[in-house]
Amino acid sequence: MDKLLHSVYLDEEKCLGCTTCLKNCPTGAIRVRGGKARINESKCIDCGECIRICPHQAKKAKTDPLSMIRDYKYTVAIPAPTILGQFKTSYSISRILSAIKALGFDEVVEVAYGAEVVGRALKYEYHAKRYPKPLISSACPAVVKLIQVRFPELTDNICRLKSPMALTARLVRNRLRDQTDLKNKDIGIFFITPCAAKATMVNNPQTGEADQYDHIDGAIAIKDIFSDISGILNDCNPLEGIHNSTPEAFSWALSGGESEYLKNKNVLHVDGIQNVINVLEEIECGKLDTIEFFEGLACIGGCVGGCLTVENNYVAKMYIQERAKKLKQESIVHMEEEYVKDIYNTGMMHIKERILPRTPEPLDADINKAIEKMKQIEVLESKLPGLDCGSCGAPGCRALAEDIVTGKAKEIDCIFVLKDRVLELSQLTNELLQVEHPTGKTSE
Amino acid sequence: MNYKLAFEVERGDFETAGDASRKIKRTLQQLGISNKIIRKVSIAGYEGEMNLAIHSLGGTILLTVAEKEIDLTIEDRGPGIQDLSLAMTEGWSTAGDEARRMGFGAGMGLPNMQKNADHFQIDSKVGVGTKIAMKFFL
Repeated sequence: MDKLLHSVYLDEEKCLGCTTCLKNCPTGAIRVRGGKARINESKCIDCGECIRICPHQAKKAKTDPLSMIRDYKYTVAIPAPTILGQFKTSYSISRILSAIKALGFDEVVEVAYGAEVVGRALKYEYHAKRYPKPLISSACPAVVKLIQVRFPELTDNICRLKSPMALTARLVRNRLRDQTDLKNKDIGIFFITPCAAKATMVNNPQTGEADQYDHIDGAIAIKDIFSDISGILNDCNPLEGIHNSTPEAFSWALSGGESEYLKNKNVLHVDGIQNVINVLEEIECGKLDTIEFFEGLACIGGCVGGCLTVENNYVAKMYIQERAKKLKQESIVHMEEEYVKDIYNTGMMHIKERILPRTPEPLDADINKAIEKMKQIEVLESKLPGLDCGSCGAPGCRALAEDIVTGKAKEIDCIFVLKDRVLELSQLTNELLQVEHPTGKTSE
Repeated sequence: MNYKLAFEVERGDFETAGDASRKIKRTLQQLGISNKIIRKVSIAGYEGEMNLAIHSLGGTILLTVAEKEIDLTIEDRGPGIQDLSLAMTEGWSTAGDEARRMGFGAGMGLPNMQKNADHFQIDSKVGVGTKIAMKFFL
């Protein structure tokens, strides 16, 4: 298996070893060991649930500082559409984007620009008919990883169009290469990210996205630059032509935004990682066979619910919808269908390699040994109290039983088993104290 | 060496229906069974589970995993199927309104199980019950 990098990490100093994150991890990737909540890298999907839930802010996402832009001759900020949900609609889109530029970037290009191209190309991709039904959106990298880890049979259903983020970076690089003397290495492209999963994607692109012209140099968290933007929002000059996205495109920030591009198909959009898991389970057992397109987003509400955003996700959704409504009446931005078709036909928006399953290791490579271990797990599980209290450092009794059999934990990690052992020991101690010793005197 | 896993499914158990198939899927993953076979067993298991909840008076699902094959046996306590060949026809169903409202009753259950299993055997007796024995070769 290739090395998996993650943006979600543990701040050891802040972690108290409580079991909050443990029990809320959708893939069971966390164990408390030595009083600290450690993440199993091969199971983590970077969904950010633990970041949201940790009462001590000990789970964090690795992102890049704004100061990193000084390392490049020419810098471009590519903000996620979610940025537009972070500010009141009295601030125009041009004003927000201009404020971002004023932080020190040479250019700002909305990821929504790429989203419009990807969204419109979806229908071509759908009709290319290389996919088993339903076609599954690749927009949310946490959901893509979830499928690789938990629903391996559905990896072939995942749409192999690049993300709006990667395509936007590509289009920007192509233009700068053709129209300026800048060398590729002089250009610094920075994604303004709403979530940890996208930040991981920047640092460790999904299979096949690692083309040098798609390269994104850093991921800056929305929350890290929010106050800087707010500070200059009132005073900055809205630049003409900086706003380049359609309302449909920036609505990708909301659950169902992408699905709108395939609205004449049977689409199903679901948000919230647990809801996504429930529906994928139904898809995997063949129940939802009339669905043609499935959009699953890990965060509640879609990207507006990302763990690196500032505004409440429902409020952000309202702002995005208000902006969309207003712009639909004005219809300022327009993109020619020929332009979309041309880009689609160049093949530059396709992920070249297959998205492969990343199923966790079986109990044993030898099926007979695996069966033996499975039986041991069941025997152990039946001896545990079944409270799923988490005190042992595993999310539940079953998980502890599995950890014991695979050598990662011991039976007395369970506080109840330990208590029973202490009781046995004290009874034995008592019995031994009662035994008369040949040379001793009888006790009173 | 073989491994057995059994589930009871009661009539009308719509809310928990799917639990057995989920557990089967996870177990097979841990035993290192290939994804392709897991998918087939999950689909057949899910159809069986639904059949028990919708059509039967309750019954059991038994999964047996051995070195060379997986057996999936679904046995109910009635009412039994009147005309087996009709029941095996795609699109034919006796599902009630409640089940249909929930999206079941398309008449694909049994044919789907047969399609996914490498070996499929169905026996039924009216007033006694139905037994479906499926094999998946590893």
